[in-house]
Amino acid sequence: MIKDVPLSPLAAERAAFRRSRARRSTAVAFVSTLVFAVALWWAVTSAPGWPRVQATFFDPARAWESLPAVLEGLWLNIRVLVVAELGVLVVGLVVAVLRTLRGPVFFPVRALATAYVDLFRGIPVLIALYLIGYGVPALRLQGVPNDVVVLGTCALILTYSAYVAEVFRAGIESVHPSQRAAARSLGLSHGQALRLVILPQAVRNVLPPLLNDFVALQKDVGLISVLGAVDAIRAAQIEQARSFNFTPYVVAALLFVLLSVPTGRIADAVAARGNRRRSGR
Amino acid sequence: MNRRARLVVALLAAVLGTALAACAPVPEPEPADSAAGCPKGDLPTLTPGVLTIATDQPAYEPWFTDDDPTTGKGFESALAYAIANELGYGKDRVSWVRVPFNAAIQPGPKSFDFNLNQFSISEERRAAVDFSSPYYDVKQTVITIAGSPVADATTIAELKRARLGAQVGTTSLDALNEQIAPTTKPAVYSTNDDAKLALQNGQIDGIVVDLPTAFYITSAELENGKIVGQLPASPGTPEQFGAVLHKGSPLTGCVSAAVDRLRTSGALAALEKQWLASAGTAPELR
Repeated sequence: MIKDVPLSPLAAERAAFRRSRARRSTAVAFVSTLVFAVALWWAVTSAPGWPRVQATFFDPARAWESLPAVLEGLWLNIRVLVVAELGVLVVGLVVAVLRTLRGPVFFPVRALATAYVDLFRGIPVLIALYLIGYGVPALRLQGVPNDVVVLGTCALILTYSAYVAEVFRAGIESVHPSQRAAARSLGLSHGQALRLVILPQAVRNVLPPLLNDFVALQKDVGLISVLGAVDAIRAAQIEQARSFNFTPYVVAALLFVLLSVPTGRIADAVAARGNRRRSGR
Repeated sequence: MNRRARLVVALLAAVLGTALAACAPVPEPEPADSAAGCPKGDLPTLTPGVLTIATDQPAYEPWFTDDDPTTGKGFESALAYAIANELGYGKDRVSWVRVPFNAAIQPGPKSFDFNLNQFSISEERRAAVDFSSPYYDVKQTVITIAGSPVADATTIAELKRARLGAQVGTTSLDALNEQIAPTTKPAVYSTNDDAKLALQNGQIDGIVVDLPTAFYITSAELENGKIVGQLPASPGTPEQFGAVLHKGSPLTGCVSAAVDRLRTSGALAALEKQWLASAGTAPELR
């Protein structure tokens, strides 16, 4: 670490100039944002339908009334999200590893994994939910759960693992082949090389897209409401139908945003840390 | 600023200016004077000379038949043409649009003159839409299939421990929550079709629907369907269906007057008898 040395006159002048430019940029950005916000506000509120829209979509009394019901629905969303995400990560990783197995003897395994990915990336999530949520109980098999939340979570895990498997596979294939060669030449077996060398690097490479899929899953969890469970959006819909007022939907939207903003910031922090590690700063 | 920066700022200002100009308020048409009477066949409808009526898709029995409102068969389909007739619009001057629930109640301009889709009248909802005079008194009913835990229930107390379901946004769901108040949270479905499927799968024990729909579902759609019983009417004004019009519609008075005339002339009772009479009597739950 270099101790602070006094700056030469030229360096001090340059630093002062850069500071003044930074101050000017901030001021310009602030004024520009203010002008834009005021213009947008004026455009929206001077529309003739604005009082009606404000009463229908932004009614504070209704928002307060519907908050407990929507929060209760959101709790179901969060529980299913945590379980589904864990399941998705595990199944996705397994499928990705199966797909990247080398050697002709593993061809059936690779083919099955590819077929699984193709099928479940192709089926819309809603249809998968209907087929699994209503179709599986109709088979009346012994020991198969009838609970809609469990079935819905399974359908979500099956569908999302297909996407996440591809993300993991991209990560695995992005690790330079020299890493595998080096691991093998050190005497590690295939499995050990995968576990100790390839996978840690692969997962670090694809953390941003993984977190992206996590945020997408937060919204799609709400689809289990078609099976009868009451999640945040369904709770908002029930409140809305009582009074024909759409404010509960706005409340649900805000709660979802609050849920996904920390994930976005964590994703940024993780990516920044990864960059720092890589460039050695 | 250098030339490129100035160009970008000018472009942004132009875009903003265009957006503001495009969002300039459009003058609203003056609402018609509703006290001027209801000239037959010449009302201030959406399309002059044509009465546009809306309903949902799919449109269920016994309110409509074959998911086709133009047949005139089914209680609400027949009622729609009867109201149109009273207002001076023959069958050839009635056009139908299919509008989902949310689109019918949202605050923007509507694509219909009035909407018939088993909407229950409530004071809370009057803040958002206009309702015509009521055309049917609703009773809520619990249905199930033979062999379910609630198939032999005769009191509401026996239903409290059951897993029941209803369609979202219906007064059936409200009745389920308020009058039965089950200990397990009720299952809420997008449509009655999903609820029926769940009932057949054994995922729920019973469904709450209105009485005519209950009779139709148990007789024609569910295998071994069974009506458990009617829920008692809540004290105060009975639950009633009314046509939905946009708030402040000039047609509300005319449509209400038409419904009232159909009621006093006995035509409404005749329609009920024709389309909802198989809705004989169902046992009452205590």
